[in-house]
Amino acid sequence: MEFSQQLPALQVIVPMLMAPLIVLLQPRGLAWAAAASTAGASFAIAIALTMQVIEADSVGYQMGGWPAPYGIELSIDAFSALVLLVVTGAAILALLAGRQSVDSQIELERQPLFYSAWMLALAGLAGIVVTADAFNIFVFMEISSLASYVIIAGGPDRRALPSVFKYLIMGTIGATFYLIGVGLIYMMTGTLNLADMADRIGDVGDTRPVLVAAGFITIGLALKAAVFPLHVWLPNAYTHAPHVITVFLAACATKVALYVLIRFDYYIFQPNLQDHSNQFALLLMPMAVLGILVASAVAIFEGHIKRLLGASSVAQIGYIVLGASCITAAGVSAGIVHMFNHALAKGGLFLAIACLATRCTDLRVDQLHGVAARMPWTCAAFVVCGLSLIGVPGTAGFISKWMLLGAVLEFGAWGWVLVAVIVLSSLMAVAYVWRLVEALYFSSDTGDEAVARQEAPMQLLLVTWFVAALNIYFGFQPGLPVTLAERASSLLLGYGQ
Amino acid sequence: MSYEQTILAALIVPLIGAAGIVAAGRINDNLRETVTLITAGTLAWVVWSLLPDLMAGARPALHLTTVMPGLDIAFKIEPLGMMFAALASGLWIINSIYSIGYMRGNNEKNQTRFYTCFALALAAAMGVAFSANLFTLFLFYEILTLSTYPLVSHKGDAATIKSARVYLGILLGTSIGLFLPAIIWTYVAAGHGDFTPGGILEGVVTAPALGLLLGLFVFGIGKAAVMPVHRWLPAAMVAPTPVSALLHAVAVVKAGVFAITKIIVYIFGVDYLFGSDGTGWLLYVAAFTIITASVVALRQQNIKRLLAYSTIAQLSYVVMAAAILKPLAEVGAAIHIVAHAFGKITLFFAAGAIYVASKKTEVSQLAGIGRRMPWTMGAFTIGALSMIGVPPTAGFVSKWYILAGAFQAENLVAVFTIIASTALNAAYFLPIVYLAWFAREPEGAPEHGEAPTAAVLALTMTAILTLAFFLFNGPVIELETQVVRGVTP
Repeated sequence: MEFSQQLPALQVIVPMLMAPLIVLLQPRGLAWAAAASTAGASFAIAIALTMQVIEADSVGYQMGGWPAPYGIELSIDAFSALVLLVVTGAAILALLAGRQSVDSQIELERQPLFYSAWMLALAGLAGIVVTADAFNIFVFMEISSLASYVIIAGGPDRRALPSVFKYLIMGTIGATFYLIGVGLIYMMTGTLNLADMADRIGDVGDTRPVLVAAGFITIGLALKAAVFPLHVWLPNAYTHAPHVITVFLAACATKVALYVLIRFDYYIFQPNLQDHSNQFALLLMPMAVLGILVASAVAIFEGHIKRLLGASSVAQIGYIVLGASCITAAGVSAGIVHMFNHALAKGGLFLAIACLATRCTDLRVDQLHGVAARMPWTCAAFVVCGLSLIGVPGTAGFISKWMLLGAVLEFGAWGWVLVAVIVLSSLMAVAYVWRLVEALYFSSDTGDEAVARQEAPMQLLLVTWFVAALNIYFGFQPGLPVTLAERASSLLLGYGQ
Repeated sequence: MSYEQTILAALIVPLIGAAGIVAAGRINDNLRETVTLITAGTLAWVVWSLLPDLMAGARPALHLTTVMPGLDIAFKIEPLGMMFAALASGLWIINSIYSIGYMRGNNEKNQTRFYTCFALALAAAMGVAFSANLFTLFLFYEILTLSTYPLVSHKGDAATIKSARVYLGILLGTSIGLFLPAIIWTYVAAGHGDFTPGGILEGVVTAPALGLLLGLFVFGIGKAAVMPVHRWLPAAMVAPTPVSALLHAVAVVKAGVFAITKIIVYIFGVDYLFGSDGTGWLLYVAAFTIITASVVALRQQNIKRLLAYSTIAQLSYVVMAAAILKPLAEVGAAIHIVAHAFGKITLFFAAGAIYVASKKTEVSQLAGIGRRMPWTMGAFTIGALSMIGVPPTAGFVSKWYILAGAFQAENLVAVFTIIASTALNAAYFLPIVYLAWFAREPEGAPEHGEAPTAAVLALTMTAILTLAFFLFNGPVIELETQVVRGVTP
């Protein structure tokens, strides 16, 4: 086999093998360098895989040469490639940006362990995406979750511990639900390979265990993905995590759970279970709409900048689910594109917050007045990413809003209700983003004395601006995410036909 | 230069200027102002160089990029946009001269930021003027809102921030809440959003949905300040006066009425709209805005707020003229964009000059000020007469055309509105003129003379333009008549 054919396996194996090695790298800075180069290699693999996927529709890999359904199969198509780009891209950018931030938040001797856990989280998230085996997904989900608990709690903020405990309980329930569902399906079909499962489940599609399994799997994954109202673990976990970890997790952790949710529902259930579309229309879509409205409203009144953006994440997850539950080509592609664009916008915002945190100890909104005078570049990047979050034209966020609005308009009268929801929540996004902008740019004291510039470290600032620039770039040239998303949606909707 | 290069230059020159202003601002104030004036001059030269070809019937176009299939950033110059761009770029020169006098005379802070944002706003206005489709229009419309926000909140104190929040909230809120859905609706229904002579919606969207779509556009374009989405305009008066003068009497508000006119002519199609049910309300809403805003203006004591409400009324003149849906009225709408610009910028310049020279902001303080500031008040008088529509001023020309269009459509509501508002305009402008020239100054008033020379020079120039437009309006009318070629009289 050629090297390029080994890439799907390497996507997981590289960070997983590097994780224990990093523990041994005690000298200052070495652990960071090793983690950053590992993430860089992962990102390069993801790009290579994306290029392979663009040429051939999907890339498969048989672990140990055992053919499916006996061996474990890895499979990558346009959808997985997009999510892999997000996961590995978030990892490399957060690591590149985060060196000084981690130095200031985590003691030197614990850093190798911290970076090692981070690599395990990366391996787990990448594993979930590449594997084509239902049980494997569970295993990788546990790897990524356990590692995430460690890195969230790894910071100096002791309030992270109760937040992580909540996350742990909720995450475990989610994973267990998923496992129960997979177990029931295994009982009825005797297979764990997704392709094989999709073939066989049609014969037992109307049996009660399979229907129950569909419920368990959907709810379990919705919990992991923080779909409203199963989101309560998310804002606190984001708030108290080390700042760069917030960047990484906000950009990709929930997206991976959404990936599995969408993949499972469209691949396994939708073509084989009678009336399964009700689950989208009557369960996921109402949850998404409620999430969009309630979480946006909550964000307006949040007092802490990170928790505010966490609440906004719950609303944005609602957009993705709303798009995905349309069961139309336009809707599903809009949802998937928003996975990419939201990662860009929210990742950029949390990077800017990491910049702020290097100079401000208190990140409550009312303590940030007039920071822009000291940190003009940081705050300008924050505004750019904030505009993308709102969905102002010329930014990446606009592309997904445009596609989403176009998709819901296909529904006629009902579509207009959804248009109203999207528009209303965009206005709420204007309100909460602008509240932050005003806090950053206007100081309560009207003193005229010139304030000394105190920018964030150059490395952190450069990465932040790189992401801000990407938000603009993908607002004018959204070819890559849109192409991948459209291919993904035609794949997902084409199953079983 | 080829047409493509010229269009690109019109967009890029102000951006380069903005960068130059930032760089020059670090070195020296005089250098910074020189860069501003050179940029304004270059932009006007670039834009005006296209005028002869436009008159001859050319329609220069530039396709910049395709964002997604069907979603292009493209530019195409037609007479309406040409006029708007020529107007904004030409007045920018005069406004820059005025800004120098005003900003220095007042010792304003953050002058570099002020000139930079001004250049960005002009770049956005050029984009709005030249846009070839709804998406491009929307893109630059939003950039215009965002780039003017720092100008409105320039002062930075609590009251200013509150007003700036109203400004941004209403403009962004209406554009995202109504304008964007209208645009997406148009793209979904017609398959594209290109500005096409004769419109693109005929047979695609029919009454009563047509009336709803029109409503989304008219109220979504908050910059046109049709009631009830007008409140941002009085709020924006917290900005320094040059901003009120060029942006909130010319570039920003005219971008609004220009967009509405352009959408009525090139998206709906004048004839299609005239023959459809459920769209007549627009004329009544505009008429209501004209009368109500004039009555409110009557009660204002603050000069700038009075001018703001007068602007709201005058903007609705354009909307009402466009809504009459007859060729002469459409031409009147286009000319009124120019005529009102000359008159209103003069009035704002005068208000700012009074503030710089004497720190007076209220109407009641103006007693006898004409003797101290004869140039300023002379220009103010000419501007006021143009608002009323008295010959020989610019305001008379456009009113004439709008009235002619109203008679062409046999639309008595429009005729009555124009007559009533003329009376109201006279009622709130003439007392100020009287007060300034003929009332006696109170005893012991502080001594002051004219405003800085740069400011006086600028307002004299715009006053002359107001008078000159009465005599030399032929080319503008000739150009704008091209817009309505083929429309049923």
